[in-house]
Amino acid sequence: MEFTFDLNTIWFILIGVLLTGYAILDGFDLGVGSLHLLVKDDTERRLMLNSIGPVWDGNEVWLVTGGGALFAAFPHVYATVFSGFYTAFMLLLAGLIFRAVAIEFRSKRPSKRWRSAWDIAFSISSILIALLMGVALGNIVTGIPLGADKEFAGNFWTLVNPYTLLVGITTLSLFMMHGAIYAVLKTEGSLQEKVRGWVNNTIIFFVIMYVTTTMATLIYFPHMLDHFKNSPLFFVVALLNMLAIANIPREIHHKREFRAFLSSAASIAALLTIFAIGLFPNIVLSTPNPELSLNIYNAASSQKTLNIMLIMAIIGIPFVLAYTISIYWIFRGKVKLNAMSY
Amino acid sequence: MDVEILARIQFAFTIAFHYIFPPLSIGLGVLLVIMEGMYLKTKNPLYERMTKFWVKVFALTFAIGVASGIVMEFEFGTNWATYSRFVGDVFGSALAAEGIFAFFLESGFLAVLVFGWDKVSPRVHFFSTIMVSLGSMLSAVWIVVANSWMQTPAGFHVVGEGLNARAEITDFWAMVFNPSSMERLSHVLSGCWLAGAFLVISVSAYYLIRKKHIEFAKASMKIALGLALFASLFQLITGHQSAIGVSKNQPAKLAAYEAHFDSSAAAPLYLFGWVDEQKQEVKFGVAVPGLLSFLLYGDTKREVTGLNAFNPEDRPPVNIVFQAYHFMVAIGFFLIAISILSLIYLKRNKLFETRWLLWVLVFSVLGPQIANQIGWIAAEVGRQPWIVYGLLRTSEGLSKVVEANQVIFSLVLFFVIYSLLFVLFIYLLNEKIQHGPEQPDTISSEYEKQKGVLNHS
Repeated sequence: MEFTFDLNTIWFILIGVLLTGYAILDGFDLGVGSLHLLVKDDTERRLMLNSIGPVWDGNEVWLVTGGGALFAAFPHVYATVFSGFYTAFMLLLAGLIFRAVAIEFRSKRPSKRWRSAWDIAFSISSILIALLMGVALGNIVTGIPLGADKEFAGNFWTLVNPYTLLVGITTLSLFMMHGAIYAVLKTEGSLQEKVRGWVNNTIIFFVIMYVTTTMATLIYFPHMLDHFKNSPLFFVVALLNMLAIANIPREIHHKREFRAFLSSAASIAALLTIFAIGLFPNIVLSTPNPELSLNIYNAASSQKTLNIMLIMAIIGIPFVLAYTISIYWIFRGKVKLNAMSY
Repeated sequence: MDVEILARIQFAFTIAFHYIFPPLSIGLGVLLVIMEGMYLKTKNPLYERMTKFWVKVFALTFAIGVASGIVMEFEFGTNWATYSRFVGDVFGSALAAEGIFAFFLESGFLAVLVFGWDKVSPRVHFFSTIMVSLGSMLSAVWIVVANSWMQTPAGFHVVGEGLNARAEITDFWAMVFNPSSMERLSHVLSGCWLAGAFLVISVSAYYLIRKKHIEFAKASMKIALGLALFASLFQLITGHQSAIGVSKNQPAKLAAYEAHFDSSAAAPLYLFGWVDEQKQEVKFGVAVPGLLSFLLYGDTKREVTGLNAFNPEDRPPVNIVFQAYHFMVAIGFFLIAISILSLIYLKRNKLFETRWLLWVLVFSVLGPQIANQIGWIAAEVGRQPWIVYGLLRTSEGLSKVVEANQVIFSLVLFFVIYSLLFVLFIYLLNEKIQHGPEQPDTISSEYEKQKGVLNHS
C-alpha cells in the first residue's frame, strides 16, 4: 500500500503517540511496582510508593484516552481485539483495578499484615499488567486468526505462545529498568544506594531480553522488516534505538540518572516506532489470510469523524502537555513523606 | 446460562458499582471548592481542616471510581463489540473527548490537590482544586452526551447495510446537543451534587450527635445543606424537563414509567402501585386522574401514548421501570423536604440539638445513592429493547465471539473483586469518619523513627 499522509495515517500515528506516552509514563509506575517487594522496610516501601504517588493516575489516563481514541478512530480494531482477547482483557482489568486500589489502600492501616498484603497486590498486579501488555504486543507481531467478518477466530491459547510470552517478559524487563532508573532519581540516602544496586541488573536483564526478542522477530516474523527494506532511511530509527539503549549504562556509570531516564524513555519510544513502522498500515495482522487484516482503512470510522477527532486532539493536547509538564515540575526532586502521603 | 443475559447482568453490575463513586467525587469536588474558597477568603484554619479532611474522602472515592471506570471503557468492546462497531464514530468520539478533556485534567491536578499542599502557593492549590472539580464535571458531560445519543440519536446517518451498517456523524454539534443531552446532563449533575452534599450532611450530623468535632460539623453542615437545597430543587426542575423530553422522544419509556397501557385522554399519574403486565393494570395503585396529561402537556385532557401503541417486541419491561421511577421521585421529594426542614431548624438555631432530625440526616446519605442507581435503572431498562433507541436492539449489539463460560468467569471475577472493594471502601470510610479531622490517618511514628537515619546518611 502507498504511504499517504492522510487522516487515517495521522490517527495511526496519534494512537501510537498515546500508547507510547502510556508506556513511557506508566512504564515507570509498573516498573517501580514490579521492584516493590525487593524493598523490605516499611518506610522505604512507602517512599517507593510515593515516588509514583502523585503521578501514576495521570499516567494511566494515557491508556484510557488511547483506548477511547482507538474506539473512535478504528472501531473495528477496538471491537475485534477487545472481544477477541476477552479473557486476557479481564485479567488486565483485574490487574489495573488492584494496582490502583493497592496504592490507595496500602498505608491506610498500620497493621503489618494489611500493608504486606497490599504490597504483594501492588507488585503482582504491576507485573501482570506489564506481562499482558507485552503479550498483546507480541500478538500484533505474530498476527491472529481473523474471519472475513473481522472477528477473532481463535481462542485464549491462540494468544499464548513462546514468542508472545517472550515479548511479555521483555516488556516487563524494560519497565523494570525504566522504573529502577526513575526510583534512583526520586530517592536518596540508603534507599537510593539500594536501588542503584539493582539498576545494572535490570539493564542486563532488559538487554538480554531485547536481543532475544529482536532475533526471534527477525527469524520468525520477517514481515516486520518489509518497510525497512523498502526505505533504508528507517534504519536510522533502529540505530537510534540501539544508541539510546547503549547510552543508558553509560549515563548510569557517570551518575547522570536523569539523562539515563531520558535515554530509557527514548528507547521505549524508538522500540514502539520500529514496531509501528513494521506494522503499518495494518493494525491487526491476520494470520493466516493476511488479506483479512484490519488496517487503517478498512477498520476506520468516517473521514468526518477522524477530522472532528483531530480537531479535538489539536485543541486538547497542548493543554494536556502544558499542565502535565507543570505538575511533574511541581513534584520534582526527591520524595519526602508527609501527613498526606500514601 | 445464555451469554446475552450474562452480558447484561455483568454490565448492570459493573456500572452500578462504578456509579457509587463518580457522583461522590463530583459532589465532594464542588464542596471542596467552596470550602477551600472560604479558607482563602476568611483565613480561618477551620476551613483548611475541613478541606483537608474531605480531600482524603475524595481521594478514596476517586481511586475506586478510576479503577471501576476503566472497566466500563473496556466493556463496550469486550461484551458489546457489535454495538461498538455500529457506534464507534459517535460513541467512541465522545469517550475519546472525555479522555482528552476531562480525565487528564482531573487526574493531573489531583496530584496537586492531594499531595501538593506544601509544594505550591495557596492560590495555585485552589486553582488545582477547581481544575479537579471542573474535570470531574466535564467527564460527566461527555459520558452523558454519549448515553443521551443512545436515547435520542441525532446528527448522524446510517451507512451500509446489515452486518456492515454503521452510524456516521453528519453534524457533530447536533450529536452533542441531541434532544435529551442537556436536560439529562443537568439532572445527572445535580444527582451528583446531592450525593456529595448528603455524605457531608450525614457525617456532620453524626459528629453532632456524638458531640465530636462540633465546630467542624456545624460549618460543614451549613455548606452542605445549602448545596442540598439548591440541588434537590434543581433536580425536580430538571427531572420534570427530562420527563417531558422522554414523552416526546421515547414515548414507550414514558409509558413504562407510568404503566400507561392504553393511549387515552386524561392519563392518570400513579403515586405508587404494583404493575401486573399480563393484565395490563396497576394493582394497589393510587392514581391522580388527569395529572400525567397535565404534567406533560398542561392539559388534563390530552392523550398520552400508551404501551399498546407499540409492538410487543418494542416495549420495555414495565414493573421494574415503574417502581424504579416512582421510588426515585419519592426520594427526590424527600430530599427536598428534609433540606427545607433542616434549613428551617438551622435558622431557628435548633438544628444542632434536635437529635431525631440529626438521625434522619445521618441516614439520608442513602437517599441520593439509591435514587442515582434506580434513576439509571429507569432510564436504561426503560430504553429496552433498544441499545440505540429505534435503531439497534441490545440483543443485536452483543459480541459475537464471546462465549457464556468466558462471561461467567469475568462476572464471578468482578463480583468477588467488587464485593471486596465495597467492604473495604465502607470500612476505610468509616475509619476516616471515626478518626475525624486534624489527624493523620496513617501512623507516622515509624517514619519519625527512621527520619533520623535517612537524614544522616
